[in-house]
Amino acid sequence: MAKLSVEWINPFIEAAEEIMDTVAMLKLKRGKLELRENSTVAYDVSGIIGITGEAVGSIALSFPKKTAIAAVSNFIGEEVLGIDSDTTDAIGELTNMVAGRAKKIFSERNVKLKISTPNVVVGKNHTIVSPKGTPSIVIPFESDAGELAIQVALKPAV
Amino acid sequence: MKIITVDDSSTMRRIIKNTLKRIGYGDEILEAGDGKEALDVLANNSVDLIITDWNMPVMDGLTFVKHIRADSKFDDTPIIMVTTEAAKEDIITALKAGVNNYIVKPFTPDVLKDKIDTVLGKKD
Repeated sequence: MAKLSVEWINPFIEAAEEIMDTVAMLKLKRGKLELRENSTVAYDVSGIIGITGEAVGSIALSFPKKTAIAAVSNFIGEEVLGIDSDTTDAIGELTNMVAGRAKKIFSERNVKLKISTPNVVVGKNHTIVSPKGTPSIVIPFESDAGELAIQVALKPAV
Repeated sequence: MKIITVDDSSTMRRIIKNTLKRIGYGDEILEAGDGKEALDVLANNSVDLIITDWNMPVMDGLTFVKHIRADSKFDDTPIIMVTTEAAKEDIITALKAGVNNYIVKPFTPDVLKDKIDTVLGKKD
């Protein structure tokens, strides 16, 4: 896996679909992948995890408020009403689970990655800027609770 | 049964606490947000079981486990690591550091009960 290709992206898609289904009870329907230099997400809350090892970059899980509330309510088994500290913590943990699952899939392909602890960004139409020279691939999803997207900004380590 | 759950995510601590209560291990549950905070809590408390995350700020779970295993007070205290770090080499690293058993998030209540019963010697 010498360059950014579908092989780098598919583990994150697989992980997101699996974790969101089993933990947040959202069946995801994948939309069309988009390659962007800098990714602007017109959503309200994003969990972001840094990646190092044989590839360097980040993965972000981004939600509109409505989808975030539904996902977190399902995840913790209690209804949440808005984006508060408990909601952002849960979004961070969902992102952590997706990154961890993807890391395991890469490991099975003999690609070793390390993941950071999650950060969560809240704000309408916020922008996640990739490092210069690191392309960002956005994968939108639809679910019964609304839209969400993952963004993978990754390049092979030198 | 006194248990400490160590995780930087308040959500995960809440889920683990609720799950422990559901499976009959909810008598007394202490909490800490990272390894260092857990060492501070354990300086004044003994516990029957430690459940810790790996990936935490300040002091990660692996460093925390090494500190615990270096303390004669906690030589025999069972440790279960509950984390997303599911790669095979990570599991080996955790076991070598002194973790008794390992659960990959997400997990079901049955899996947590099974792992606890195993480390407490309640099943083969």
